Amino acid sequence: MRSRAPAPSEPAQGTEPDATRGPALVAGPEPPRPRGAGRGARRKGRASAWRWLGVLPFFAYTTLFLLVPTIELIVKSFEGPKGSFSTANVSRLFSGEYLSAYATSVELSAITAAAGGLFGLFIAYGAVHGRLPAFIRPLLSTFSGVAANFAGIPLAFAFIATLGPTGVVTSLLNRAGLHIYNHGFTIFGMAGLSLTYIYFQFPLMILIISPTLEGLRAEWREAAQNLGATPAQYWRHVGLPLILPGLLGSTVLLFGNAFSAYATPYALTAGYINLVPVQIGAILQGNVTVPNPQLGDALAFGMIVIIAVAVTLYVLLQRRAARWLP
Amino acid sequence: MAAVSVAATAPSARGARSRRRPSVWAVFWLVLGALYFLVPLYSVAQFSLEVGPGRYGFHWYAQIFADPQFSSSFLLSLRLALETMAISMVLMVPTVYWVHLKIPRLRPTMDMIAILPFVVPPVALVVGLSGVFDVFPALLSSSQILALMYVILALPFTYRSLDAGMRAIDVKTLTEAAQSVGSSWWRTLLFVIVPNVRSAMLGAMFLTLAIVMGEYTISSLLLYNTFAVYIYYIGNTEAYQAAALAIISFLLTWVAMGGIFLVSRFTGGRQQVQIGATR
Amino acid sequence: MAALELRGVRKQFGEVVALRGLSLEVASGELVSLLGPSGCGKTTALRIIAGFEHPDGGELLVEGRDVTRIPANRRNMGMVFQAYSLFPNMTARENVEFGLKVRGQDRARRQRRADELLELVGLGGRAGRYPNELSGGQQQRVALARALAIEPAVLLLDEPLSALDAKVRLQLRQEIRDLQKRLGTTTVYVTHDQEEALSISDRVAVMSEGVLEQVGRPAEIYRDPRTPFVAEFVGTMNRLEGKLAGPTSVLVGEAGVPLTVQAGHERAPGEAVLVLIRPESIAVEEAASAAEVDSARARGSLGGRVLAFTFLGPVTRLVLDTDLGPLVADVPSIQALTYASGTLVSLRVDPAGTHLLGAG
Repeated sequence: MRSRAPAPSEPAQGTEPDATRGPALVAGPEPPRPRGAGRGARRKGRASAWRWLGVLPFFAYTTLFLLVPTIELIVKSFEGPKGSFSTANVSRLFSGEYLSAYATSVELSAITAAAGGLFGLFIAYGAVHGRLPAFIRPLLSTFSGVAANFAGIPLAFAFIATLGPTGVVTSLLNRAGLHIYNHGFTIFGMAGLSLTYIYFQFPLMILIISPTLEGLRAEWREAAQNLGATPAQYWRHVGLPLILPGLLGSTVLLFGNAFSAYATPYALTAGYINLVPVQIGAILQGNVTVPNPQLGDALAFGMIVIIAVAVTLYVLLQRRAARWLP
Repeated sequence: MAAVSVAATAPSARGARSRRRPSVWAVFWLVLGALYFLVPLYSVAQFSLEVGPGRYGFHWYAQIFADPQFSSSFLLSLRLALETMAISMVLMVPTVYWVHLKIPRLRPTMDMIAILPFVVPPVALVVGLSGVFDVFPALLSSSQILALMYVILALPFTYRSLDAGMRAIDVKTLTEAAQSVGSSWWRTLLFVIVPNVRSAMLGAMFLTLAIVMGEYTISSLLLYNTFAVYIYYIGNTEAYQAAALAIISFLLTWVAMGGIFLVSRFTGGRQQVQIGATR
Repeated sequence: MAALELRGVRKQFGEVVALRGLSLEVASGELVSLLGPSGCGKTTALRIIAGFEHPDGGELLVEGRDVTRIPANRRNMGMVFQAYSLFPNMTARENVEFGLKVRGQDRARRQRRADELLELVGLGGRAGRYPNELSGGQQQRVALARALAIEPAVLLLDEPLSALDAKVRLQLRQEIRDLQKRLGTTTVYVTHDQEEALSISDRVAVMSEGVLEQVGRPAEIYRDPRTPFVAEFVGTMNRLEGKLAGPTSVLVGEAGVPLTVQAGHERAPGEAVLVLIRPESIAVEEAASAAEVDSARARGSLGGRVLAFTFLGPVTRLVLDTDLGPLVADVPSIQALTYASGTLVSLRVDPAGTHLLGAG
């Protein structure tokens, strides 16, 4: 049943699979697509019908609770108040507060994905290649798991306790003569929200980029060095190109992670900052008056489009590197 | 006495070579990361323990635990977590096993589907839920809908964990071995496969616990008083108690992650700490 | 002046001493192997030469110039690693070009040079392939071309064949040697495989526990091991304890079975010695009966019995229980066809194939 794809030309022996390909977004290393499988399936026509029965519950479940809601909101996005086809909702997204909500959401997600991503990258690289004691790695991954999951409402409170007007760090800085609230900082603003997001962004980066960094072999650095490359030349020609697919994938994931966050900004800024998920929440709760309820669907549709664009971009970039990926 | 000796041909060792001092930058970034992690926790812990100016105690915690709303919301979330785990496992373990055993070419598709919950944010799922209610009107008035949706939220992690677990063992050989001694398909799954992927299952279950105990978006928009909704509600009225709740919630996350850590430790599996979706 | 010289190089990793004062000279155009079991310090020595490790003491000289403090990327040494060292994001040609690229050589020139070298290692048609599209042996050829492209002062090879399968290993070994001779590149070759070291090198340096045991031409090392370690590590060796009775006579074991050995040693009668005998220096003859063995003994042969045998291709290796104790002997396979476990034999040890070392 399982037929292996034939090797390109001769058996590429000695190329053991390693993690340089980075996270394929979130999925693990993709298995080689068994090219000959179709033929085998046709030969065993009757048995194959039974085989599909085994995955029926799963597909039924995901269709009902994932596909149906998605289709529902897409259809509703293009529905007028009386149920007829209309692009009015979607075209509303391109103006006024909704457009600015998207802009703010994208900006916040991009900033925290970049900053949190870099921060996490440095920590992960240090942990993987920094000759730290062996107990650091499992500890770091457990702590990262905690921090990446400690989000939402409690995290918002923790940051208010830290950098809020009477927060611990704020008072500390006040005593040191640095009155950050006099300089325009507020935990309820964009800067505060970014700092809060980074709290779950960088540990997430550590978790997903570590396998990629582990795939960077010491031999490559040493070979480059040996051939006369400076550290900068090694990174430019070897290190960076090798981790780039993983890096991009992780950044896209971080972007999506921030983009869809609802609880944290809701608890922290309570509407001060105009973000798409918060807008949708307000419409759903009936807190704001909108011309028609389908506007919420259109807003959600816009979110899916933006994340899908990011994912597609990543897949295309990944494909460019695919030839040398193991 | 006479002795015969034959040349040994062992591979060259590279063991002890890397015993060198840690890099300064590695330590620098690690310390910075640790501070970023710890300072907010320290701050909120200090708030939660502050009873009066300069006086500390567990007053706010005691108040929280005495609040009937606390236990009801906590128990609701816990119940939902257990239900989510049960549905996830019953649905996913046989599915992933079946795909590995019978339809391996479906795996890329499964990988794709498992990413989808990332592409469709929870808030969008809630928007589209009316479609589900059209199919099953009974769900409209039942908190059961939350557990059913949480299965979707946890899907990427559950699937990846189980997929990795099944990949680590030779599903096909194990199955054939079991069947050769007369085991039925179900017996094989329950008594051969499940014990071999239990660390992957436990890892997924602990992660589900973390996700569900902190989930706010769906439950608040559907107006259910889960634990996270309760924390938000308290936060609007009682700042100190909210700090105490943040610490409790943090400890809960620790329990889940610590569970995963211990599971991977004691079953010899790979580290499986992953990330949930409760922003 | 030596092309490469190590003077009393010492290196320690925590508690583990890797090198205890290694001194070695490599002449220009010479191929010297560092041979030893795992953990003997040979790889550490190579990495110190390359500049990946810094010695705790001692000096490293290239053409008489002290390079101990010069960083790896300015030493101009080409290294071939065990495996997987090709940059996976570059084609074979780009890999070979890399060293020239970082030296700022222009594109046309370095591509020409890369193609030349790939041609030289027999991969002219595969310049555009990525490493994952090449077999293990082809990858190591590219790695070799890459190391040679920079016209290195010294070529360093760290077990370059250990990850390949036996057939490719034999073939590539010969090609490396031919190429090295043709280009006249001074080369240090690290291996744990004594056969590989003996077949490829001008000289072999046998190492054990951070110490150089013996340096010499392959034949010297094989025929005239200076220490019991070298004797045991290089090839298979029978080792008998005995006492010197005369210039060419040793009484072996507690029973004092006489054995004729080679003359020319400088040891006095009565001295305790180790007699080393190569398996191929023992001639074995099948005996029909115990009586026949006895009559062979009367003619100065030894008696014995086959315990076990292993077919090794052209020769068969016998484990014998003999008058001297257990011995290993290699006989032509054609002769061993009739042997079984328990077959009675008579045997003779060629005195020219014996070698004496002081016991202790």
